[in-house]
Formats: sequence, C-alpha cells, structure tokens
Amino acid sequence: MSKPLNIVKSRFVPINIENIDTDQIIPARFLKATTKDGFGKNLFRDWRYYNDDESKTRADFPLNMSQFDGEILVAGKNFGCGSSREHAAWSILDYGFRVVVSSFFADIFKNNALNNGVLPVQVSDEFLQRIFLQDNNTELTVDVEKQTITINSTGESEGFDINSYKKTCLLNGYDDIDYLISIKEDIQQFETQRA
Amino acid sequence: MPKTLFEKIWDTHIVKTIDDGPSVLYIDKHFIHEVTSPQAFTGMNKRGIKVLRPQQVVATADHNVPTLNQHLPIKEELSRKQVEALIQNCAEHGIELYGLGHPFQGIVHVIGPELGVTQPGMTIVCGDSHTSTHGAFGAIAFGIGTSEVEMVFASQCLLQSKPKLMRITIDGELNKGVVSKDIVLYILSQITASGATGYAVEFAGSAIRSLSMEARMTICNMSIEMGGRCGLIAPDETTFDYIKGRKFAPQGAEWNKKLSEWKELYSDADANFDKEIFIQAEDIQPMITYGTNPGMGIGVTETIPTTETINENDRSGLAKSLAYMGLEQGANIKGQKIDYVFIGSCTNSRIEDLRMVASFVKGKKKADDVEVWIVPGSKQVEAQAIEEGIDKIFEEAGFQLRQPGCSACLGMNEDKIPAGKYCISTSNRNFEGRQGAGARTLLASPLTAAAAAITGVVTDVRELLN
Repeated sequence: MSKPLNIVKSRFVPINIENIDTDQIIPARFLKATTKDGFGKNLFRDWRYYNDDESKTRADFPLNMSQFDGEILVAGKNFGCGSSREHAAWSILDYGFRVVVSSFFADIFKNNALNNGVLPVQVSDEFLQRIFLQDNNTELTVDVEKQTITINSTGESEGFDINSYKKTCLLNGYDDIDYLISIKEDIQQFETQRA
Repeated sequence: MPKTLFEKIWDTHIVKTIDDGPSVLYIDKHFIHEVTSPQAFTGMNKRGIKVLRPQQVVATADHNVPTLNQHLPIKEELSRKQVEALIQNCAEHGIELYGLGHPFQGIVHVIGPELGVTQPGMTIVCGDSHTSTHGAFGAIAFGIGTSEVEMVFASQCLLQSKPKLMRITIDGELNKGVVSKDIVLYILSQITASGATGYAVEFAGSAIRSLSMEARMTICNMSIEMGGRCGLIAPDETTFDYIKGRKFAPQGAEWNKKLSEWKELYSDADANFDKEIFIQAEDIQPMITYGTNPGMGIGVTETIPTTETINENDRSGLAKSLAYMGLEQGANIKGQKIDYVFIGSCTNSRIEDLRMVASFVKGKKKADDVEVWIVPGSKQVEAQAIEEGIDKIFEEAGFQLRQPGCSACLGMNEDKIPAGKYCISTSNRNFEGRQGAGARTLLASPLTAAAAAITGVVTDVRELLN
C-alpha cells in the first residue's frame, strides 16, 4: 500500500535541465542501505552541495532556493534515465514530492515512481516551457481522476495519459503485488500448461 | 500473422491481460544482487510469504564488493552489511547464491550467460538496468526496480505493457580497429540517449551476425543507454555454439528439443516494426564520448560539437556537460590527457575483451602517469585469463589485474576516480559523478582504452595497429 493520490494543488520546484539521470537524483554511494527510509536528504546530493559538504550549499540550485517549494517537481525532458535504482523514486518521495512533471520520462523510472505512489505527469514540450515561465508563487493542480494538469494563475491546462489500471491503483493506494498474489491460481495454471 | 522475434517470446509468456491495463508477464529467470534486493526481501517478510519459485532465482554479489583482497572481510561497514543481508536472505528463501569466494561469482550479467543460465526465448529480469545484456541470446531481458523484484519473488510475474518495436539494422563490414562497443556508441550518437525510450530494440544485419556472443552482449547491454526497454538479437549458430556444454545448458534429448524451438526465434520476413533504422558498418570509426550522457559521442578523429553542430536533443545540455568535463566546443578529443584507464563492467569485462586488450598491449608498457585497472567480469573470466597467461602480459605492461565486480563503473566500492581526473572507461555511463564525485569519464572500446593506456592520451588505435 502506498498513500492514495487524487488531487495535488501545490507550488512547484523547477529544475530546467534535460536528461537528468538517476545517478544525479541519488548517487550510487547512497545505495548501501537495506531499508527504503531517509533517502530524501541525499536527493540531488552532488547538485545541492559542493564537495559533498552539507555546510557548502550551491546557492543556484533550485532545491536550495527558498523561493521554491511544493509537492511538485518540474524537470526537463528524459527525466530519470540510466540506472534502474528505485532509490531515485524513494528519495523524491521522501523529500516530499508526490508528482514529477516532464515532457519525457525514462521507462524504468516511470514504473518505479508509480510503484511508490509518485505520479509522473508527461506533458508536451510547449506546456513544460509554459510552466518554467511562471513565477515562483504559481500553483499547479494535478487531478488524477480527470487526468489533467493546470497552471492555476492562467487557467492553462493539459491532459496526461495513465492507464485505467494504474489510475485505480493510485487513487486507492493499491499496489501490483497485492494484485499478483491474488491471481496465484492463474499463474500456477499457466506454469502447468507450459510444462 | 507474421511476428517479430520480440512478439514470439512475449506472446508465449502472457498469463493474462488486464482490460485497458498491463499484461501479466511470466518470468523465467530472475537474477538478484546485494544492492537492489534487500528491501524486496523485507517486503516479503512483512507479508509473511516466501519466494514462490526460488529455483528460478540466481544470486551473486557484485555491485558493492572490493576488487582487492576479496578473501578478507569487507572493510566498509555498510557494504559488508548489504552483502551479509544477501547471504541471509538467500539462505532463508532457498536461493542459490554465488557469493564472494565462490568460483562462479561475478557481475550478474557476465555470469548468467557464461553459466548457460541465460537461454534463447526466455524472459529474464534483474534489479539492474543492464539486464538488457541477456537479450543478445534472443531473450526478452530488462531491468526492474526493487518493488518489481518483490513482485517477481511473490508471483514469478510482472505487470508489463507491451513496448513499441524498433529494429536497427547494421549491414556491411567493420573497419579496422572498430569493435562492437564502437557500433553501439555510434548508434547512440545518432539516435541520442532517449532515442529508443518506449521501444524494444532488435539489432539485425550482416555486421551483427558476424559478431561473437561477447560482442553482441556489449551492444544489447547498452540498449538501455538509448532508453530501450530491452535489446535483442535473433539466436543463430554462434549463439547455440556458445551455450552448448555450459554448466546449466540443456543436455542430451533436452538439448535437441530446445534447439529446434530456438531455431524458430527470428523476426518473420514481413513482420512489422514501429520504427526501423539502417546503418552502414563502414561509416563507423573508433568512438569516444566527450559529454555527460552516452549519446554524446564522436569518432576519435572528430572535433567536439558546438552549439551549432550538435543534435537538438543535447543542445541545451552541451555547455553544462563541457563545463563539467573541462572540455571546449570545437576542440579535438584526440590528444586529450588521460589519468585513469578502467577496463571492466558488464559492458566489456568478458574473456574476449581481456584477450583483445592483451593481444594489443603485449610487449608494450603503460604511460608513466596513467593508472590502469583491469577488472574481470567473473571468477571464471579471471581464472581463464590466468590460464592463458594474460595476467603476465598485463603485469609487464604495468596494468593492475583486480578481482571481479562492478568496480569503477559506478564507484560503489573503493574503486573511485578522483574529482577532476579523466578516465577512459569501457563501461556504459559517463554521467556526472558516475565514477566518483567530480570524475570525468570518456567511454570507449577496450581497444581504444588500451591505446590510451599506452600513450597517456586519447589515441586513434588504428595508428598503432599493424
């Protein structure tokens, strides 16, 4: 079970960089944990601090800029490429984001996010650029039921895709494992047939 | 109806399909390692259930392990605990583990094929994006996250949507000094690091058919760097010859039965692909990357792109990439000073890679101010290298032959490249900080890396070949 997600109305943190890979989201040296907790403090670690030193913050990185806040992360296209590490999704969730908006997502990251109740919202390049142009007080509304994302100050809105199975999971906080365990007989029958 | 290779395998592994949702895909083999499995085991234990089909799971320790003194306890506490957790979890759930000290231990994508576990027509997953490697045998093989590892533990299945299909055909003959790593870096430079996202990619054509299994694995390995869900190559006599006689390969009557099934695994002549790309092998020269994603590659004699000449996809990132790399737009990459050479990783650490490097460096010495690490992909590769005397050639050249693991490909263990230093690497990713915070990675083939080890600078290996 993850926390159900329906409507997120929030300001956003913009990271206008393309091809953000999962090594940037959570560097490999933080993958030595055996639990899912506490990854948020190392989210974008090497972009947040100089020389891995928490007292030396990079003032020009959006996560360090006090004017930006919110449950929505907005990033350049091809977000989450590279490694399959689910730690990337855990760190984003643990930091406090529930939605990531980009014009393109890498496949494995998209699945990992959804499996943790973090919604990847894929928008057009044009709409993404419109969001980046908004000031830091602008709120976005992401509506899972209606499958829309809206820039509240201007009313501009765009639809996004999500299959109805995943939508039901998100709205209710269900996970795939519960479903797969529930169809155990079908799986055993499949195994018998092909043996 | 004509089918692609992908569809022939996919269709026979569907347990059921959810209306307007994903399919339930049955998984034949599940590889696990110490880094992406502990939370999945914890999830299983919380649910109070055991791994459904432990005999279809193979475990090894690779990501986190030291490459020196593997007989001693792991010094770094968190790494040691992760490896210990794997040992305990495998014991509790009845999973075969090829851990440190075992003669089969090694990088998960090296040991699967060399043990004959990886076979044509299978569905194969692992909590590691480079699982695409196994597709070289004509299997659907892809990387998954830890929640999905738990799903496969619990049900031997995954919920998956069928990807779109792409075929990349490479015809013709490879130029001197050009090897499979150059092919895949060239494809990446053409289609970019997101060019295959959403697709399963089949590699075909006469240049692919002429490659050994090791070389085919290098190409499928990096299909994830194009964003591909998986990469695959139709099995042929080269594939069957490689598998025959290996530890877990089918034997006797079972071999003949499997062989006749495997021979049906190819894309039918009129099968439909959503996208097709054609490449002429003669257009490819030894490749090297200059930027911070694997799509940012050029021929070794070419100049680094400028904002005007680079493909649109990488334009906005060029300045940031080059600032990180300490390189200039429009400059030559050839002649760039190198500090480290890393030959290893699931991309290029197989016996054929080590033989290629050894035959090139035999009788030569490394440049004085370069450190060279050779990290074999497995204990079996290491043993074979020693048996063939390759270790002596490396020693005389001043190269360090280390013990098997993922090592400096991702720098989870002590094998890190210091900040600001240049490393020519046979691995798969040149992301910022990948080989250590501030490290600067240039991806290349084992031959091009070996040439740089000798000269101390980025070199056109063709000038050193007879």
